Amino acid sequence: MRLLRNLPSYVYLVLALSFIYLPVVVLVLFSFQDGVLPVFPFTGPSLQWYEKMLANERLVESLMNSVVVAILSSIVTTFLGFLAAYGMARRKPRFAGGIRFVLMAPLTVSYLIIAMGMLITLNLIGIPKSLFAVGLGHVVINLPLCFAIIYSQFGDHLRNIDWAARDLGASDAQTLLRVIAPIMKPSLLASFCLSATLSWDEFIIAFLLSRFDVTLPVIIFEMLRAGLTPEVNAAGTMVFAISMLTIGVSAIFVFIAFRGKK
Amino acid sequence: MTKTIVELQNVTKSYGTVVAVDNVSLAVSEGEFVVLLGPSGSGKTTILSMIGGFTVPTEGSITINGEDMTGTAPAFRPTVTVFQDYALFPHMTVFENVSFGLQMRKTGKAERQQRTEKSLDVVGLSGFGDRSVDQLSGGQRQRVALARAIAVEPAVLLLDEPLGALDLKIRQQMQGELVHLQNNIGATFVHVTHDQEEAMAIADNIVLINEGKIEDYGPPARVYLKPATLFAARFMGESNILSGDVESSESGFVVVNTAIGKLKVPGICEIGAKVSIAVRPEQLHPGTQTGEEIIDIGEVQVSEVTFQGTHRLCRAVPTTNQSDLSLLLRLPPEQRVKVGDVMSLYANRTQAVLLEK
Repeated sequence: MRLLRNLPSYVYLVLALSFIYLPVVVLVLFSFQDGVLPVFPFTGPSLQWYEKMLANERLVESLMNSVVVAILSSIVTTFLGFLAAYGMARRKPRFAGGIRFVLMAPLTVSYLIIAMGMLITLNLIGIPKSLFAVGLGHVVINLPLCFAIIYSQFGDHLRNIDWAARDLGASDAQTLLRVIAPIMKPSLLASFCLSATLSWDEFIIAFLLSRFDVTLPVIIFEMLRAGLTPEVNAAGTMVFAISMLTIGVSAIFVFIAFRGKK
Repeated sequence: MTKTIVELQNVTKSYGTVVAVDNVSLAVSEGEFVVLLGPSGSGKTTILSMIGGFTVPTEGSITINGEDMTGTAPAFRPTVTVFQDYALFPHMTVFENVSFGLQMRKTGKAERQQRTEKSLDVVGLSGFGDRSVDQLSGGQRQRVALARAIAVEPAVLLLDEPLGALDLKIRQQMQGELVHLQNNIGATFVHVTHDQEEAMAIADNIVLINEGKIEDYGPPARVYLKPATLFAARFMGESNILSGDVESSESGFVVVNTAIGKLKVPGICEIGAKVSIAVRPEQLHPGTQTGEEIIDIGEVQVSEVTFQGTHRLCRAVPTTNQSDLSLLLRLPPEQRVKVGDVMSLYANRTQAVLLEK
């Protein structure tokens, strides 16, 4: 009886979830297609397209590039976000609201605009289009989020802990490295993972700021322009899987961070 | 003559238009246990924070051990603060917490080990070194915070309501232990609290603070028995306050016209001045006595009685009452009184305190 009464809700739930996840499911499904076209009917499963993908040197190379850009840019972003959050929380500067706004504002600017701006600026100061430039772009777009995550975990209880460390003779660096950073570890790791996922997935900035060495999303875009094959599906599936994995890890750290704060 | 170790000269701290500490001067002697006592928001914690170096005064100077330290960072002062929330490092063991200060001072490993263990021993936590901080009870955390502070052997230990978060029984036990600890290590203690019983139990000298100013300063017994101001009389336990005008003043005594008649108390005051007379509840005795030493309060009728073990707390209304005045009494527990009883009261003249309005 109850099941019957709730039926419309269940139908709605299934429809909503299908709307969100069906494209991804189709993408993943046809990466296992045993044929040359990723279209119905599904014939398979087969791992031949994964094999082909891993034999594609340019793709594997771009995958490594993506990993390097994601890791290095996220280390820089987390470090900068940590310093900014610490400064804001500890020093309570004048115009704190204004500074917070300026730090968070890039979140609302489209990646296209940021990429264009960086293209012009980097050109002006003589930094060529490169993976380095892409990494810089990723620092710019991910900093607001990393700052927000870390800042949200700076509770008042940390003020006295910070004071206590200094009172006992710790320098700025010692206080940050030996006391504050270890306590903030869960949110630092969460911020790192989230930033790495966003960098890993990012296309527009990577496309506009790179030239010879490119990242995986750029290669996938190139493959797509050449036409749909299950190999593109396989590459897309891999990108998706790694994102999900990193997000999952980051969710665990966020959970730990919030539990620790209580 | 003991040496002054901490000296505040005309110290003011204001935040915008709010004055938290208003022109305070204070000298603390070496080896003294001083308690800064006051209601919340009185500025006592700000004073402690300025001695510790976490807050810089707007005006005035702070001298510690003969050196001007008004703007010196906490790390370079011979002071260590024990915070109200203990501020232990949650990712470190008890041992690592206590040895942190020594590590920062680059003390050798062997000495560090030995001093850390000694500190833990002093606070009764030897053998707890390997525990993690969140395995400890509130009282134990408090001890770790103390051990961490005394490990670096500060000349002055600053305690910011360190017992505030503990329940009554542990708090009373820790009060005794703090006094014992202070005798043991000989450091100067400056302790902040809003609990006047705690202050009286542990202090050599009480500094009573209200609205950023020092109201009274002295040994607990003096501050309790002869409060310097009306605020001091009210804050340090219960007091009966009788207000009135000075009628005459001669040879060290004044006569004050109060709601229960003319009272002659020791003091010197201008005629016509508005004053208050403070008498503690336990200083009012039932019965009639005569003599130059006795103030006759007159007849009162008991309106409330509460039995409290060590005494009976009574509220009584003077029968000649001209206002809504009622008096608080502490009668001996064996004295049987009930609501409605009428009795005479007297007080010892030298115990009554004359205060400015």
